[in-house]
Amino acid sequence: MPIHEQSLIRPENLTTHDQLVVDGVDVSGHWSTFIQTRVISDYNEAMQDEIAALPGGENVHRCWQCGSCTNSCTVNAINPEFNPRHWIYLVRIGMESEILRDKDIIWQCVSCNKCTYACPRDVVPEGVMKALSHWLELKGHVKPSPSMVFDEVFSEQVFQRGKIEEGRVMQRFFKRTGQSLNQPWLIEMMQRMLRHLPLGMLTKLGLATLVAPRTSGWSGARAAIEEYVHEQEHKRRRALGLDALIEAAKRDAGPATAGEGARS
Amino acid sequence: MTTAKDKYQKVAYYPGCALEGTAHSYNRSTQQVGKALGLDLVEVKNWNCCGAMEVKNIDPKLQTYLSSRVMAIAATEMKMDVVMAPCNGCYHNLKKAEYDLAHDPASVEVVDRLSQKAGHATYQAGQVETIHALDWIMHGIGEDGLKQRLKGSLQGLKVANYYGCMYTRPRHIFPEKDKGPGTESTSKPHFMDDLLGAAGAVNVEFPLKTACCGGAHTLSDSDTSTKLVLNILRTAEAAGAEVIATECPTCHSGLEMHQVRAEKKFGQPTKVKILYFTQLLGLALGLSPRQVGVHENISDSLGFLREKGIA
Repeated sequence: MPIHEQSLIRPENLTTHDQLVVDGVDVSGHWSTFIQTRVISDYNEAMQDEIAALPGGENVHRCWQCGSCTNSCTVNAINPEFNPRHWIYLVRIGMESEILRDKDIIWQCVSCNKCTYACPRDVVPEGVMKALSHWLELKGHVKPSPSMVFDEVFSEQVFQRGKIEEGRVMQRFFKRTGQSLNQPWLIEMMQRMLRHLPLGMLTKLGLATLVAPRTSGWSGARAAIEEYVHEQEHKRRRALGLDALIEAAKRDAGPATAGEGARS
Repeated sequence: MTTAKDKYQKVAYYPGCALEGTAHSYNRSTQQVGKALGLDLVEVKNWNCCGAMEVKNIDPKLQTYLSSRVMAIAATEMKMDVVMAPCNGCYHNLKKAEYDLAHDPASVEVVDRLSQKAGHATYQAGQVETIHALDWIMHGIGEDGLKQRLKGSLQGLKVANYYGCMYTRPRHIFPEKDKGPGTESTSKPHFMDDLLGAAGAVNVEFPLKTACCGGAHTLSDSDTSTKLVLNILRTAEAAGAEVIATECPTCHSGLEMHQVRAEKKFGQPTKVKILYFTQLLGLALGLSPRQVGVHENISDSLGFLREKGIA
């Protein structure tokens, strides 16, 4: 098995002159290929601590860069750009700008836990991927991913009622992400599902979407969970220095728009 | 000393949310198989969601609390020693909560605080043993016991056994696995192979037993899931399987859903049937297709099972 490396030399950093003569020697075409000098000065020195402050990222500092995570990764097999080893490296040295290049695919981790199974250092790369996804969203680099919207829709129901009803989760998810339920494959699936179902079962399924199931005596747990969620949100905002960031943004924006920022 | 055989005769049953919805056939067939084998199931009172992947993504300790509440009820209100969860997600989460509560003081603190506020007993690590439906039948009845109770046979049906991710990974939350002969393996699980083999199936050589179906993003990143599922379906077919046996509602509905999606959206049809292992065991135990909920599956295998002389 190869160790999946990530080349930092990208096509856009290579220059080639079609016509070039240096000291009387013709170096036109690929003879004149140069790698552009790369200077990185915007390290985020707090990055590793920020990721470690989010759930799942606690063990990121343990990584030895062996590459077992990327080697075993389900998503890497279908998209070589998806490279947990590389992202963990970038987190550890604080190369925020490099991480941002992949901000739109990091959420695609399927949580199969092959990396966590393979990791000899208990880094829990799956957790780091989740922490990194949250970090990207909390810092405002990405909009909540479809997966995060799904997590929210699902968890809201659990917190409110103690259990979920799948039809309801699906409907709300499609609505919140602006997708149509009127897709040929979905319709075909529903038809196949209903083909052999007896009437009683259909009524029961239909009723479940109208009257969502709930755990009886749940109100105590609900209140405890909501309080905890609130407390954790506050903790994370502080760990990432988000309130200071918002203050700074308000100052930069000037007094005219500061009021707007405070309301949002 | 009580053996696993004695302990598993009567267990607390934790079906979970999926088994009350899309995986109703898994719920039905598990209960019917239990009845046919003389194993007692007592449903956990007022159970709640285990937290699933979704709550874990929002906050892992909240998932630990949710799972611990289920175990606390089984232990303190029902005085049960064993909780059986047929859903891989529930099973995995209860195991993970058990591990965290035995090893991580911070998790213990959060669970204790939330349990007190919610007004129920705090779950203490070790109060119950969480098992999967596979453990329940494998250790409660065993291959030989199953053979003695068969009323029919799977007639050499060619089966690819698909275990998915959550049943074996990560290894550290399953301390009872990988302990040599008679125990389950996390790299090459075999309990489903053993049971279906005893019921007369022929298990094909299937390399993707623990591959991922993309269940976490089955709706939020459908194209990735379809790719992963199609790979599983095609590999099973190439291995000669007529049926993929499943033991997880998320895998099962993922396979069924994306089999349709691959065909309708990408023009990539596959023929392999998808059935819960409990449905197959039930048929071999002489139950009717309706009793094990074959009609509730999206994958239409009724005609095929009749043709094979199994139903």
